[in-house]
Amino acid sequence: MKKFIAKRILFSVVILFCVTFIIYTLMRCLPGSFVENMAMTLSQAPGAKPFEEWLAQLNASYGMDKGIIPGYFVWLSDAIRGNFGESWKYTVPVIEKFQEVIWLSFVMGGIAFVLQLLIAIPLGVIASTKQYSKADYCITAGALVGISLPTFFFATLLKLVFSVKLGWFDLYGLVGRNYAQLDAMGQFLDKANHLVLPIATLVIVSVGSLMRYTRTNMLEVLNSDYIRTARAKGLSEKKVIYKHAFRNTLIPLVTIIGGSLPGLFSGALITETLFSIPGIGYTSYQAMTAGDIPFSMFYLTFMAVLTLAGNLISDILYAVVDPRVRIA
Amino acid sequence: MSNNENKKTPLDPVNDNANRQNDDFSLNDDRRVKVLSPGALVAKRFFRNRLAVLGMIMLIGMFIFSFIGGLISPYGQDEQFYTYTYMDKEFAGVVQNDEVRYTVADGKEFGTLLQAKLMLAMNKNETSFTEGGVTYEVITEGEEFYSVTADGEPLAVASKDIINSEGEELPYSVKYGALNAKAAGETAFTADGVDYTLDEEGNILEGDTVVGYVSRFIVSPVQSGTKISRAFKEELEQCINDGEEEFVYTDEDGVESTYTITYKADSQTWSVMQETETYVYDRYAKPSKEHWLGTDTNGMDMLTRLMYGGRVSLIIGFIVVILETVLGVVLGGVAGYFGGWIDNLIMRIVDMFYCIPSMPLVIIIGAAMDAMQVDPQIRMLYLMLILGFLGWPAIARLVRGQILSLREQEFMTATEACGISVHRRIFKHLIPNVIPQLIVMCTMSLGSTIITEATLSFLGLGVKFPFASWGNIINDVNNAYVMTHYWFIWIPAGICLLITVLGFNFVGDGLRDAFDPKMKR
Repeated sequence: MKKFIAKRILFSVVILFCVTFIIYTLMRCLPGSFVENMAMTLSQAPGAKPFEEWLAQLNASYGMDKGIIPGYFVWLSDAIRGNFGESWKYTVPVIEKFQEVIWLSFVMGGIAFVLQLLIAIPLGVIASTKQYSKADYCITAGALVGISLPTFFFATLLKLVFSVKLGWFDLYGLVGRNYAQLDAMGQFLDKANHLVLPIATLVIVSVGSLMRYTRTNMLEVLNSDYIRTARAKGLSEKKVIYKHAFRNTLIPLVTIIGGSLPGLFSGALITETLFSIPGIGYTSYQAMTAGDIPFSMFYLTFMAVLTLAGNLISDILYAVVDPRVRIA
Repeated sequence: MSNNENKKTPLDPVNDNANRQNDDFSLNDDRRVKVLSPGALVAKRFFRNRLAVLGMIMLIGMFIFSFIGGLISPYGQDEQFYTYTYMDKEFAGVVQNDEVRYTVADGKEFGTLLQAKLMLAMNKNETSFTEGGVTYEVITEGEEFYSVTADGEPLAVASKDIINSEGEELPYSVKYGALNAKAAGETAFTADGVDYTLDEEGNILEGDTVVGYVSRFIVSPVQSGTKISRAFKEELEQCINDGEEEFVYTDEDGVESTYTITYKADSQTWSVMQETETYVYDRYAKPSKEHWLGTDTNGMDMLTRLMYGGRVSLIIGFIVVILETVLGVVLGGVAGYFGGWIDNLIMRIVDMFYCIPSMPLVIIIGAAMDAMQVDPQIRMLYLMLILGFLGWPAIARLVRGQILSLREQEFMTATEACGISVHRRIFKHLIPNVIPQLIVMCTMSLGSTIITEATLSFLGLGVKFPFASWGNIINDVNNAYVMTHYWFIWIPAGICLLITVLGFNFVGDGLRDAFDPKMKR
């Protein structure tokens, strides 16, 4: 087992190395409009150096004057030491900005995730036990509607109904207008109030796939021989479903849930942007559209690490949870 | 695959009865046990699934809407519509004169210093003042009407009434006479030996011709170059006196315009607004007979935009999926069939692609294309290529997994024994066995590709104007006013998007169930 994990980790590191190299190459090949804009502004100041000189100087100071391969290794050696440079857009070290915004995304993602589990698993189980019933059709159709809903459209609908028509929530932002005047409790409630719509969007848009996953796996288990045996023994249906079938369904469920845990840190790019919630998603979106290479590099690397970690966790969990899987 | 249409189902009772009567012991085809081909079985199972059929209907509807609708629609994709709107433009300002104005005798000077002195004298009710060694006499001629003489010679008059000349500027003597007559309430006066009459409306008549008029209103046009006629002024005055807020005036050219009068209490002026017709883009028009879903921000027909947008969204979806399927099938097929180091290499590439966060990457590239100002059409092409290139690993993985298990089966040994070429073995014998799963996956990924494209277009990083796409139509809600007031701009596009994606998902789900041999139905 230890050997397997070590091998997997080593393997992930190699993949990460390649992925970051691809991303770095891509970022360097794109036009550095940010640097050019900055050089343009600087060169227009009275008595300033010409544009080309500024461009060269800025490129040198950002480490953009080297070739792609040496540049990558400079970036890599800095990145390994935890130094991702200074964000061009936010003009603070990337890590500092990241630490500032990540927890909001994590809280949002965490709450949404727990709600998803609470909704998806029971409904998935119900749908599978009553296959082809009205309830099953409703749940399946509902799950598919959730999957098919474009986030931006659904979020806008929610805004129209709850923010504009009913006036319960603000349209944008994390804090209200008079946030500064509130006491600690009030500030907490204000933030919570602003997070209701984004979390609702996240839950509804992504609850469907987990629900379907539960249903499919539960159906598979319900069709297996040992369930028939359990029924043949004369066990009550309740016992069959919750003691025999559901526990076996938990194997794939735990695997996939474990695998999506790192994803809680990834933030919701679109939802955060739509609601202007200053989490990692919205922050990165702004950095990316502004051509902020250090921040974008960091964000892409971070996402790649999360994906790898998710795969690793689900592989390991799969081996741990299911006694039939043995890894030499 | 599906040849069930030329086979009668064994469950057809009418047919069965008829045959029984004709020939009880026939061994015709219809008497045999019907065996459905696998394709027919799949189709049967598929059509039994209500959701799948619903999805199919939705898809067919959306295809007709997008591809045929665009042909039927009388409007073009980027045809702009115009309309006349009435806009109130500031036309003139009216002030009621409430301070004395000076009319100076011809060829005389009456400077500000003298004006100030006169004002003082008037306020103190003095009859004379001295300035610069000259004594000026102030004569109170009537209410708020004074005349000033210097050494017995008339110099100026100060009055709240104003004389407006019609045509040639009236000489001082006439003005003085008119003011005098007005103050005294007389209807006739003589100046320079000519007789003038002053009628009730304040007109100064020389014989029958109007040479000027007395009024307390000053009307000044807002735009330079506008000449305000006498008749208009009178009409306006009348309306102001009557306290009316609106009047219609027909000018010499016969053009009728409506004017609105508003009184501003703070500056004690009336402002006159002229309602003028302006030819503008018909923006955000409400749904009407001509435009069933109104018009958008550029004055284009919304329904037509929706149809063309659907075309773009669907075509992009299909091209991306075809691209990723081709890449995925070839690479997955090769990896699965050959195994070994080729498999290892390809699968490591797949792993790498899995790790690349696609949405952020596409956003970055989109922003870069914004910076480079790529032509919208080429941009659309790039978008398809990028999405297709990022999407193939899932398909490659699926194909490879299937082929790994299939190639160990006997029929593959048979193909090898027959000496069929590797190329044919992969693409003629292995891939067709993966088709069911592939179809399911493609259908589902069509839906998600359309969502991705719409999201990018919504963010302004995908399909760009002048091309329509459901995503960039909804983009208009970034303007909060549009979101709250013009539902017809964005809700229909969202519904189209939802219906299409839902259709693909329903059909994909139904196909998955139908293809699954373990399914009992």
